[in-house]
Amino acid sequence: MTNIFLEGGDHAVSHVPVVDPGAADGVLGLLWLVIALPLLGAVVLLLGGPLTKGRIDRWGHLLGTALPIGSFVISVLMFVELLGREESERQVSQHLFTWFETRGLSVGMDLLYDPLAALFLLLITGVGSLIHVYSIGYMAHDPRRRRFFGYLNLFVAAMLTLILSANYLGLFLGWEGVGLASYLLIGFWQHKPSAAAAAKKAFVINRVGDIGLSLGIALMFVTFGTTDFAAISAVTGEVGEGTLTALGLLLLLGACGKSAQVPLQAWLLDAMEGPTPVSALIHAATMVTAGVYLVVRSNFIFELAPVAQTVVVVVATVTLLWGAILGCARDDIKKVLAGSTMSQIGYMMLGAGLGVAGYAFAIFHLLTHGFFKANMFLGAGSVMHGMDDDVDMRHYGALRSAMPVTFLTFAMGYLAIIGFPGFSGFWSKDKIIETALAENLVVGILAVLGAGITAFYMTRLMLLTYFTSKRWEKGVHPHESPKVMTVPLIVLAALSVLGGVMIAGDWIVEFLAPVVGEVEHHEPPLPALVITLIVVATVALGVAAAWFFVGRRDVPREAPQQVSFVTRAARADLYGDAINEGLVVGPGRHLVSGLTTMDNRGVDGAVEGGSSAVGGLAQVLRTVQNGFVRSYALSLLAGVLLVVLTLMVVNFA
Amino acid sequence: MSDFPWLTTLVVLPLLGAVVTGYLPSRGIIARQVGLGVALVTLVVAVVMATQYDVGGGYQFAEEHEWISAFGAHYALGVDGLGLLMVLLTVVLVPIVMIASWHETDPKADVFFAWTLALEAFSIAVFAATDVFLFYIVFEATLIPAYFLIGGFGREGRTRAAVKFLIYQLAGGLVMLGSVIGLYVVSAQAGSPSYLLSDLQGLSIDPTAQKWIFAGFFVAFAIKAPMFPVHTWLADTTEKATTGTSVLLVCVLDKIGTFGMIRFCLGLLPDASQWATPFVVVLALISIVYGALVAIGQDDMLRLIGLTSLSHFGLIVLGIFVFTSEGGAGAILYMVNHGIATAALFLLAGFAVRRRGTALISQMGGIEKVAPVLAGMFLVAGLAACGLPGLSPFVSEMLVIISAFDYAWWAGAVAVTAIVLAAIYVLWMYQRAMTGPTAADLEGFTDLDRREVGVVAPLLVALVLFGFYPQPLLDVINPSVEQTLTQVGVVHEEPTVPAAPATEGEGH
Amino acid sequence: MTEYIVLSAILFTIGCVGVLVRRNAIVVFMCVELMLNASNLALVTFAKQHGNLDGQIAAFFVMVVAAAEVVVGLAIIMTIFRTRRSASVDDASLLKY
Repeated sequence: MTNIFLEGGDHAVSHVPVVDPGAADGVLGLLWLVIALPLLGAVVLLLGGPLTKGRIDRWGHLLGTALPIGSFVISVLMFVELLGREESERQVSQHLFTWFETRGLSVGMDLLYDPLAALFLLLITGVGSLIHVYSIGYMAHDPRRRRFFGYLNLFVAAMLTLILSANYLGLFLGWEGVGLASYLLIGFWQHKPSAAAAAKKAFVINRVGDIGLSLGIALMFVTFGTTDFAAISAVTGEVGEGTLTALGLLLLLGACGKSAQVPLQAWLLDAMEGPTPVSALIHAATMVTAGVYLVVRSNFIFELAPVAQTVVVVVATVTLLWGAILGCARDDIKKVLAGSTMSQIGYMMLGAGLGVAGYAFAIFHLLTHGFFKANMFLGAGSVMHGMDDDVDMRHYGALRSAMPVTFLTFAMGYLAIIGFPGFSGFWSKDKIIETALAENLVVGILAVLGAGITAFYMTRLMLLTYFTSKRWEKGVHPHESPKVMTVPLIVLAALSVLGGVMIAGDWIVEFLAPVVGEVEHHEPPLPALVITLIVVATVALGVAAAWFFVGRRDVPREAPQQVSFVTRAARADLYGDAINEGLVVGPGRHLVSGLTTMDNRGVDGAVEGGSSAVGGLAQVLRTVQNGFVRSYALSLLAGVLLVVLTLMVVNFA
Repeated sequence: MSDFPWLTTLVVLPLLGAVVTGYLPSRGIIARQVGLGVALVTLVVAVVMATQYDVGGGYQFAEEHEWISAFGAHYALGVDGLGLLMVLLTVVLVPIVMIASWHETDPKADVFFAWTLALEAFSIAVFAATDVFLFYIVFEATLIPAYFLIGGFGREGRTRAAVKFLIYQLAGGLVMLGSVIGLYVVSAQAGSPSYLLSDLQGLSIDPTAQKWIFAGFFVAFAIKAPMFPVHTWLADTTEKATTGTSVLLVCVLDKIGTFGMIRFCLGLLPDASQWATPFVVVLALISIVYGALVAIGQDDMLRLIGLTSLSHFGLIVLGIFVFTSEGGAGAILYMVNHGIATAALFLLAGFAVRRRGTALISQMGGIEKVAPVLAGMFLVAGLAACGLPGLSPFVSEMLVIISAFDYAWWAGAVAVTAIVLAAIYVLWMYQRAMTGPTAADLEGFTDLDRREVGVVAPLLVALVLFGFYPQPLLDVINPSVEQTLTQVGVVHEEPTVPAAPATEGEGH
Repeated sequence: MTEYIVLSAILFTIGCVGVLVRRNAIVVFMCVELMLNASNLALVTFAKQHGNLDGQIAAFFVMVVAAAEVVVGLAIIMTIFRTRRSASVDDASLLKY
């Protein structure tokens, strides 16, 4: 099988580093504690409530915030320790206990700490802690705040398990754990039917992706007899490409579910039913990027399966445009941000699909996106907080003076996401586009186009929310949020601005090299500076278009209905739900009702029919019992004659 | 104490308890206390016995007495890892069912408790029998208490369900009787007749005879388990019976089906089992998908939970018949885990149904708001049923899926759809019953009381514990699986490209 | 000896037909007796033919049984007649489906 899509990728085996960890010692021995702290929080908060009759409600949220901060402190200590080590000693593992063992396979609860995990650890515990702090204010009036923090801690513990596990089965444990936490949090206000339905939808679509991951794990067991990253990475070179391609595609299916990539993207917009801190933490900064992590972590498989890589690139490109188009038409501020998340994850996936050249940039963009998207979601939460939980941007307008801190921090995030030169998003997105252009012209151009659309819809969001005229609902008095909410915003805004520092001197590329490998940089078709200029020009075009279509006009309070086909399609999520409904849900529903009927009438009918048949036969036969002695005597005689005749025939014939 | 007749004690104790409970002159609370006391003593005896079990020591606590020498029938008991786990599952679930049904079966609670104890006694005898004839007798004897439990307690239409159950099971038993007689003939032809498992395993049975005998056993066990298409008694029974009865039926009695497949089909008739594998695998796959799909379509909560078991038993049978150490271990582990998870689910559904007065999911809604503990526990049990990692059924499900994939990729691909379908039926049920706006007439709906929480909590703790640390169970299971596979004569298959199992930093 | 056998067969047939076609319980009863006696005749004849006593002993058994039967049978017929004012066997056809 030759590489049909990507041009000139150099996929020599020598580029794929083998995972070969040493034993965890010193500070790194605290690895397990990073997971254990939030897990403890989840257990205490979720079980403690009913057990203490709600007495821990008063300080439950403080405990729930302190524990992730504790994890963050440990993460920082470990990160410093890691930086002080030789490059070859930056992978360590820790064996906790044997999860399960049969004759043919053994699965350990093993943790792996390497540069990739280190960065994720900082992101999850760092951004996670900020969002916990923010939630203290955001959820202050919710009677079930303790439970909310319990779920958040459960999520953090599961996400850390996902990142730190040293084998695919442990990863799957965390993978499903974050899915569960996501389910619980999307449906946190489950008295709303829409929230309950969205939660179920998210979980079920994720489970479709899990089919891929489960089968991938099964294929690994059959092929390698283990799911350890270390053991598999050592021998992937000996396996046929067909197997690796299958493995790559199965893992990609899992990644599509978790990261809301086409065709499993439909749940992410509905997931915005959850409280806003949840959208920021789970559906923007961390969980949805797990798919990118999976692809990067499995680099030893994808590097040897170019076809699978090509599919990753295709999926990523489609998704980054799909999400961007969704973002253009929505009026719900959170759904615009959700569409934007899809689109940005598409960029990360694109980076991951480009192979060794792109892995580091994918992770780079993942981190910066974690900062600025969390920032913007929390900003949106702050706006909703001030607007009595209204999410319709057509009811906003001119909020910059009412909420100065929120506006300024949001603006930092905005400049970062559209790639304003100097902001974090500029560096990370630019690198991915540059690499994409170097690998394939079409993909690269589409990525540039995506950047332009991003600029358009984000500018539209900014204008509708903070500029233009006031379109507030009656009785709404926008006000700035309390300090406990704005301080995390300020920290995240600072990170959104400064996140780009990681690329200084190619630091992140070299830091991740022991995990994902390193290649000589390909020469892009144009000089890097020219590409940057083109991207910036496209972004400027997008901003100008938004100004032209939105900023200069009056914004109607109701969304106009006389709109073009494109707008209608984008409002309907490009008919993603309709496609699911038509292809899967509808036929599935018919199948279920058909089978239920068949089970009752057909399968059970055969049994019940058997009993009715016996009954019917008895109805006929019992008429022989007519009560007349004569007829009984006659049958007696007939019987006797029969016996006698038979005897005679037998004896004399 | 090594000569102490542990298993006979475990059989006789509840049987005596049943008689005492049933004929105690004072009805009501005392009878219930006596019944529960006997069940608890049985539990203690079983646990003490389990502490003396030697992992990997083959059949233990064996007792053997000649019974009917003309048939070669013996009163022979003994347990290996599989039998031990099933006995433990039984003795743990019976007191839980009793406490959960404390008020539910008024005013005939003493009768309910007596039949429950009788069922416990016969079930333990089934799991411990090492003589085919004895097995057959107690296999049929379990139907007597089960019939009265279904027909005597529960909802409208239970009598009909009980008759249906009985006829199904008797039909299966009759077919099995043919095979039992067949075994006698084979054994008698080889010398002196004997029904002892150890003697029968030594026989080399003619392939054609094996196939016929296999068919008889398999039909009976497929009805018991149940498998598609002989499953329809299950839904009716779980719908009409009390949830306590359903727990005993689905979590204990149905295990006899899969237990029998391992013990008799694989153990005695290895060639025929291998011959039938493709057929059984397809049937199991149909059961998995069909059971899940039909469960999705149900509006009756108890019927729905009953049908999920069809899907789960499909996975168990699949694990048994792919003949790998992972599949076997996964199947046996699944039998235990399914017992725990489904028991919790049934009991919690029972509590909800009892409060709401109907089992129709469409008549519920918003229960979470008024009874958060009930809803939370229900969700945990439900997620266990749909195989969420961290809860015990996941490990067994994964083992089965892996070995199914090993058998044929399409088998794995079909089996794995169970995880999506299970998520749909569990979460859709949860969504419709527990979430959404709270109905006005739910005002008087109270949350679980201490007895109800206390009775389900141990099951949920076990689900989490075995989800993260199933190794104690697997240590007991693995030797038993190895022994079965040796009898079948399957060689362990190495992976295509074996990876170096352990690098430094791993402690094994 | 053949004549005795033929007579016995004729008597038996008459009894048999009588049981089947007559309605009056008393007559039916008599016909049953006729059949029994026909068989007695046959038994005695065969005893004579073979020159041993087996047939005669069997005939005595039949007579004893017939006597007992008369006692029970007539009692039943009397009871039926008392309750129904009729001795027709067709009227007593309640024992049916």
